[in-house]
Amino acid sequence: MKTLELGKANLEVFADTLIELAKKDKRIVVVTSDSRGSGKLVPFAEQLPDQIIEVGIAEQNLVGVAAGLAAAGKKVFAVSPACFLTARALEQIKNDICYSDHPVKLIGISAGVSYGALGSTHHSLFDFAVLRAINNISILAPADNFETRESVKLAAEMLQPVYIRFGKRAIEHVHRPNADFEPGKAIIIREGRDVAFIATGETVVQSLLAAQLLEQKGIFCRVVSMHTIKPLDEKIIFETAKKCKALMTVEEHLVYGGLGEACAAYLMQAGVVLPFKIVGIRDEYTPTGSQLEIFKEYGMTAEGLAGTAIKLIEKK
Amino acid sequence: MTDQELKQKSIIYRKKILTYIKQANAGHTGGSLSCVDILNVLYNRILNVTPENFYDLKRDHYIQSKGHSVEALYVVLADKGFFPESDLETLCQHGSRYVGHPTRKVKGIEHNTGALGHGLSYGVGVALAGKMDNKVFVLLGDGELAEGSNWEALLTASHYQLDNLCAIVDLNRLQITDWTRNVCCTDPLDEKFKAFGWSVQHVDGHDVKALTKVLSSVPFEKGKPSMIIANTVKGKGVSFIENNYKWHHHVPTDEEYKKAMKELNQALQKLNNEKENN
Repeated sequence: MKTLELGKANLEVFADTLIELAKKDKRIVVVTSDSRGSGKLVPFAEQLPDQIIEVGIAEQNLVGVAAGLAAAGKKVFAVSPACFLTARALEQIKNDICYSDHPVKLIGISAGVSYGALGSTHHSLFDFAVLRAINNISILAPADNFETRESVKLAAEMLQPVYIRFGKRAIEHVHRPNADFEPGKAIIIREGRDVAFIATGETVVQSLLAAQLLEQKGIFCRVVSMHTIKPLDEKIIFETAKKCKALMTVEEHLVYGGLGEACAAYLMQAGVVLPFKIVGIRDEYTPTGSQLEIFKEYGMTAEGLAGTAIKLIEKK
Repeated sequence: MTDQELKQKSIIYRKKILTYIKQANAGHTGGSLSCVDILNVLYNRILNVTPENFYDLKRDHYIQSKGHSVEALYVVLADKGFFPESDLETLCQHGSRYVGHPTRKVKGIEHNTGALGHGLSYGVGVALAGKMDNKVFVLLGDGELAEGSNWEALLTASHYQLDNLCAIVDLNRLQITDWTRNVCCTDPLDEKFKAFGWSVQHVDGHDVKALTKVLSSVPFEKGKPSMIIANTVKGKGVSFIENNYKWHHHVPTDEEYKKAMKELNQALQKLNNEKENN
């Protein structure tokens, strides 16, 4: 089995990319809520002190201030742990960013269960669901360093609100460096006709590893990195569902309201029926553990996903 | 524009507020009447904001955090030529851009408000972005101050020494349910704001001369954001609407409307007589 090369944490790639961009473009401003350390933004603050605004532990204010800065012509990255940013400041996201149409880039750091051992207060397993239900925001969950870098670069130039979330663990590369990246356009990482994994964020790695395990058993899988949850790449979902015998979605999110339900809703309305499974965190507060330990608990590591895939095909 | 002319405008604005609320059969009557003198002075004497420079970021900024008084803002913006006043005949009607709370679909409005406790953070952001180039004014309601996000924004404004930022509290002491002191007492406001690092001044929020003086003297202190506590009367200008929480968004009946117009016309006549006698 081919091992995947380990990269940096997406969080670090985000911070490195942002410094690079901000050095060239003085309109880029970062707003943080005492999250310079956790956002790996200390070098940014040291090198570009005029382009960072600290508001303290006050996420509602963070988002409101970011909206004002954006309205006044700045390219604003509002950076805060995903759990606090998208829950505590949800009304500000809805009204000050999305409804008022100020093109802030909301960055949810240490998303999903990245803060695994810190407990459910620090998990964001609802952010896709709540933001999908708000008009005028793109939702991105990059899988690896390449997708993170491209997401941040593109977000800097976007004229509409965008939310990008990623984790803090060093993550394996899933793409070739010269892959094409476009928000709203999923990327096929691996081809196969038996089972399809449509995965997002840091579960793409696990899906790719699962596909490798399944290949050893003669099961060939397509793996799609659905880095953009909204707008959803319906074309690739349709094409994948038509091509493969079974389809699994994988996400670091509750099984409600995220990628899986978005795909299911689309396929049902498109009249496409096939064995289908939404893999994510079930409706409960997770046990303590690292991101990978929690993934294992919910069948979201390579072994768990491969097992579910086999059952799904057998049922058929 | 003389003080006398401003006073006339205030009465005319009040008549229009009531007329459009009556036509729409919806609106925030009491709050619009309490803040309209502040808007009058801001738009006619203080703010460097015109339909022509509205898209220039170096202009002054006005954010109405107490979105539940948008009718006053619409009337003043129409008077300043941001859009034809006849547009207001569609207020709150199906498909109209003149919604019951401020939206950016209307020229002259720069931020969507209505949910409370949002305007001051936004104003802090604008003030941070344009420090020294322009002034940013945010109108807050006193009931609105129970929203904790205001206090987060107050902290940030003083932390960054935003002396280009001025907040005005429309202190009419009433909110939708009751007197503010009975709902969630915020007194003493001036001491709270001072403790949060703001420079505070009080003003009669219906005295155009005093409002002009205080608004012209922003910043009150170098390196500090300015806070104006404007003492106002909810429903100001119409005797039976004043100081009655039920008029928060009560729409006048035909009879009430006629009575209100009569009072306002008499006030206008009195003002004109004073002018002639002077």
